[in-house]
Amino acid sequence: MSSVRVLVGTRKGAFILTADGARKRWKVSGPHFAGWEIYHVKGSPVDPNRIYASQTSAWFGQIIQRSDDGGKKWNTPGSSSEELKSPDGMTKGESNKFVYDGVPGTHQWYDGTQHPWEFKRVWHLEPSLHDPEHVYAGVEDAALFESKDGGKSWKELSGLRKHDTGPKWQPGAGGMCLHSILLDPQDPQRIYVAISAAGAFRTDDGGETWKPINHGLHSEYIPDPAAEVGHCVHRIALHSSRPNTLFMQKHWDVMRSDDAGDLWREVSGNLPSDFGFPIDVHAHEPETIYVVPIKSDSEHYPPSSRLRVYRSRTGGNEWEALTKGLPQRNCYVNVLRDAMSVDSLEPCGIYFGTTGGQVYGSADAGDSWKPIVRDLPVVLSVEVQTLP
Amino acid sequence: MIRVFLPPHLRTLARVDGDVELDVNATVTQRSILDELETRYPMLRGTMRDHVTELRRPLVRFFACGEDLSHESPDAPLPKPIANGSEPFVIIGAIAGG
Repeated sequence: MSSVRVLVGTRKGAFILTADGARKRWKVSGPHFAGWEIYHVKGSPVDPNRIYASQTSAWFGQIIQRSDDGGKKWNTPGSSSEELKSPDGMTKGESNKFVYDGVPGTHQWYDGTQHPWEFKRVWHLEPSLHDPEHVYAGVEDAALFESKDGGKSWKELSGLRKHDTGPKWQPGAGGMCLHSILLDPQDPQRIYVAISAAGAFRTDDGGETWKPINHGLHSEYIPDPAAEVGHCVHRIALHSSRPNTLFMQKHWDVMRSDDAGDLWREVSGNLPSDFGFPIDVHAHEPETIYVVPIKSDSEHYPPSSRLRVYRSRTGGNEWEALTKGLPQRNCYVNVLRDAMSVDSLEPCGIYFGTTGGQVYGSADAGDSWKPIVRDLPVVLSVEVQTLP
Repeated sequence: MIRVFLPPHLRTLARVDGDVELDVNATVTQRSILDELETRYPMLRGTMRDHVTELRRPLVRFFACGEDLSHESPDAPLPKPIANGSEPFVIIGAIAGG
């Protein structure tokens, strides 16, 4: 029987929630890496037992953790005694070595001056669709790294950061983070990324060169609202069957593109607020998408204090509120950009975590919800693995 | 034998309980202690000082014999009680935000 494994990153550790395909009874393990901020945990689609985690601390910096048994045991890649004795290359203790390629240069700071690029942490880990040893890392200050040795060592794909527009990129309130990495399942040379606050970018040559794909975005908080870069994109998503169709939750506005990001159009439609953080696509219906509206950029909680996921079955514009099982009064939590995910069971399951420590799950594509856990630390990320 | 006190997060990372005991076959300095510590526990590399510059991370402090040595040269010899193991070399996360 199929099962699901929900990987939850929180402000004070990681948790793993497991259930069989019915998704009614859950086991909770954790905290893993207790006390550390876990920005993201994600499994390889090729080998579900291979899971990568970004463990970070303002005091002690970045750590990469890896499990090869589905999250039971964890190690910093390349640090085992066997690997240290390996004659084929010195990789010891470099799984957390994220060094920008060449002279890092500068980007725009909050006050409009130039500020040097400084590595702070890994926001997002995206394992390859083809090789469990290959994984991408989106970092703050914004850059894309990759590892081809299971996380033992990292190399920057510096064509992105060295794009001509780099000096115009600026940090959002959460820092200048590269938070979204979408791998095109039909074209291994094509990758999409999104940066707050620079915008979305695409490579068609495996990461060598990049182009901003922000035409059609309109952002009132930058001097030229239609500028090539500077947009605070919160999240992008795609369905594997239609990788040219992208969905975006921007700081304000829900957007879609049907030409791989060359042109965006707004699909906020009847949402009560088009501010929010996550956006995701149903596993089996490429025109069914989900967002969690938040009141505003200054009030990070749901409109009318009612926690509602909104679903569109038309790829945007027409939205329905999903409320069954979610708190409909006195709710003041937020749902962060990496904290929503879907499983691929039938019917599709959808999960999200809140800044109040709840992880909600729906086993019926959002029609009804139940809290899986209620009292975790602030949830930073939620990913789901569907296991055979 | 040098005794090193690690903060709880780094003990967890290195999978050790209590003080770490190290043999340092050189003049006992901050650098020689950290070099040996990172050799013995490679997962600690980058957590106390920068991988490339080897500068102390801003929120990490080094205490010894009741003194804050964080801003001393990493190559300055440490006090005898550290070198002979009667006092621990204390690595601590700065108190900054609870």
